[in-house]
Amino acid sequence: MNSIFVSVLAASALFVAGCGGSKAPETAKEESAAPAATAPPIDEANAATITGKVAFTGDKPTMRAIDMSANPICARAHAGSPQHSEEVVVNGNGTLKNVFVWIKTGVPDRQWPVPSTPVEIAQKGCTYGPHVIGVMAGQDIKIVNDDPTNHNIHPMPKVNQEWNESQPPNGDPKLKKFAREEVMIPVKCNVHPWMRAYIGVVNHPFFAITGDDGTFTIKGLPPGKYTIEAWHEKYGTQDVDITVGAKESKTQDFDSAQMKTS
Amino acid sequence: MNQVLLHRYAVLWSFCTLFLVVAGGLVTSNDAGLSVPDWPLSYGKLMPPMEGNIFYEHGHRMVATTVGLLTIGMVVWLMCAERRRWLKNLGWISLLAVIAQGVLGGMTVIFLLPKPVSIGHACLAQLFFSTTVAIALFTSGGWQRGRQFVDDSGAPPLHWLALAAAACVFLQLALGAAARHQAIGILPHVIGALLATGMVLWVTVRVLMRHAGHDALRRSALAVLFITILQVFLGIAAYMSRVATAEAPQPMPVMVGFTVAHVAVGALTLASSVVLAIQIFRHVRRPLAELQTEGVAVPSA
Ligand code: HEM
Ligand SMILES: [Cu+2]
Repeated sequence: MNSIFVSVLAASALFVAGCGGSKAPETAKEESAAPAATAPPIDEANAATITGKVAFTGDKPTMRAIDMSANPICARAHAGSPQHSEEVVVNGNGTLKNVFVWIKTGVPDRQWPVPSTPVEIAQKGCTYGPHVIGVMAGQDIKIVNDDPTNHNIHPMPKVNQEWNESQPPNGDPKLKKFAREEVMIPVKCNVHPWMRAYIGVVNHPFFAITGDDGTFTIKGLPPGKYTIEAWHEKYGTQDVDITVGAKESKTQDFDSAQMKTS
Repeated sequence: MNQVLLHRYAVLWSFCTLFLVVAGGLVTSNDAGLSVPDWPLSYGKLMPPMEGNIFYEHGHRMVATTVGLLTIGMVVWLMCAERRRWLKNLGWISLLAVIAQGVLGGMTVIFLLPKPVSIGHACLAQLFFSTTVAIALFTSGGWQRGRQFVDDSGAPPLHWLALAAAACVFLQLALGAAARHQAIGILPHVIGALLATGMVLWVTVRVLMRHAGHDALRRSALAVLFITILQVFLGIAAYMSRVATAEAPQPMPVMVGFTVAHVAVGALTLASSVVLAIQIFRHVRRPLAELQTEGVAVPSA
């Protein structure tokens, strides 16, 4: 009998220990993280370009229709043709949409200029559009509610500061930014648990997202050696080492079958 | 007469609490916990539009408020009409628990569902429900009729078994809550189910084999046995429905239904095993000789 007692005690101790420390440290500050000192001017003239496409290999999964009946306002926006999950979107030409491609390592450590125009993400018909966005660290994200219903916006970062705010029907846009590089931050709405988006936050401007043709272009890259990564919400990531010379245009394709989930 | 009314009120109170447990389970299963980002107000109002998951989160807050008010009523009633001091104290403890539960609930909202807080909220909910059931038992007519002693000898003592079974059930609920809030995997909860079910079988079979003639003991043992078996099947159903709907873009009604039933019957499992333990402590005596050989001080008659 004693052994049962001991294992009960041990299990509860484990349980208590397991509960602690699950909260990510609140590291993020409002300003951008550690800018590199005096940066030399960017050498636009020698800049290289990487283009490519992300192929989809395998059986094309059928994406489920979303049941929006829990909120008639949402359901009405899709009357006749229900919205489908955007977890995997395979384009007509056999490529994969919504892949975030970025230079993961090798970019010179300097303060890259942050665009003053925000990147917009809209809540429309109780879905996020676009499904995946990319911003630079410190760049504004403009969150718009086009729906006649309430949403809450809840990004779930691990490195940046987590937050959760509501946005009333057709309410004022929100301007938000993330201070630190993080690929990717999932975003959800708990009012409509099917709503999901992803935000890639990068310290430099060298990222792109595949669209309806599955291609991407990363421009203005200084010559050098890099690791370029393609990220997809379901299939994971594929990292490739690549070297580009001055003014060079290189092609680098990716394939969903080569991606790995961590 | 008053006593009958008090008991009925206590029964109503524990039914409302069970309903609150269901409402809370619906919040978690529908991932609605953060659909209302503010607390204590909801969207800055007492009554937000009940659209989408706001219905579950705000509905849960409304049921919780009702149970809180019922608890205050219970304490007032006990203070006015109850003679037993320890029962009044238990009333106060239940009030403290419901307040702590409200604070934990608010913290889950404000601090974005930190796992220890959500798990604590789930565990305290279970303890609170069992307390309401125990108070309903203590105010019942059956309880007023006094003790009908039976003897039970042998190791381990039945009292010990009953306590261990209730403790294992509670641990099992805690593991379930931790799994639900993704602090741990499902495996410890599955293994724990073997332990908890084993303990429940041990104590109930022993009661039914030795004391089936004792109404209170037989009934409470049968209740624990039946509820636990039901709970195991609901657990399997909840697991299977979760696996079957894993690819779905949103929480699916089958999964939510079985899971919430599992949470609610889990509350009943704990409450019934607490009741069984109470009844065993009330009615079962160990033979004098056995106590003396263990060196327990037995007051001379
Ligand atoms: C008498 C008081 C209360 C009881 C007995 C109770 C019970 C419960 C139960 C049983 C759950 C499900 C736990 C699980 O899934 O394992 C839950 C979840 C929840 N409750 Fe309560 N509750 C009470 C008060 C409150 C209050 C006042 C709030 C205020 C906002 C609240 C907010 C929540 C939230 C947000 C969840 C979901 C937690 C999550 O998703 O992690 N509760 N509650
Ligand atoms: Cu929404």
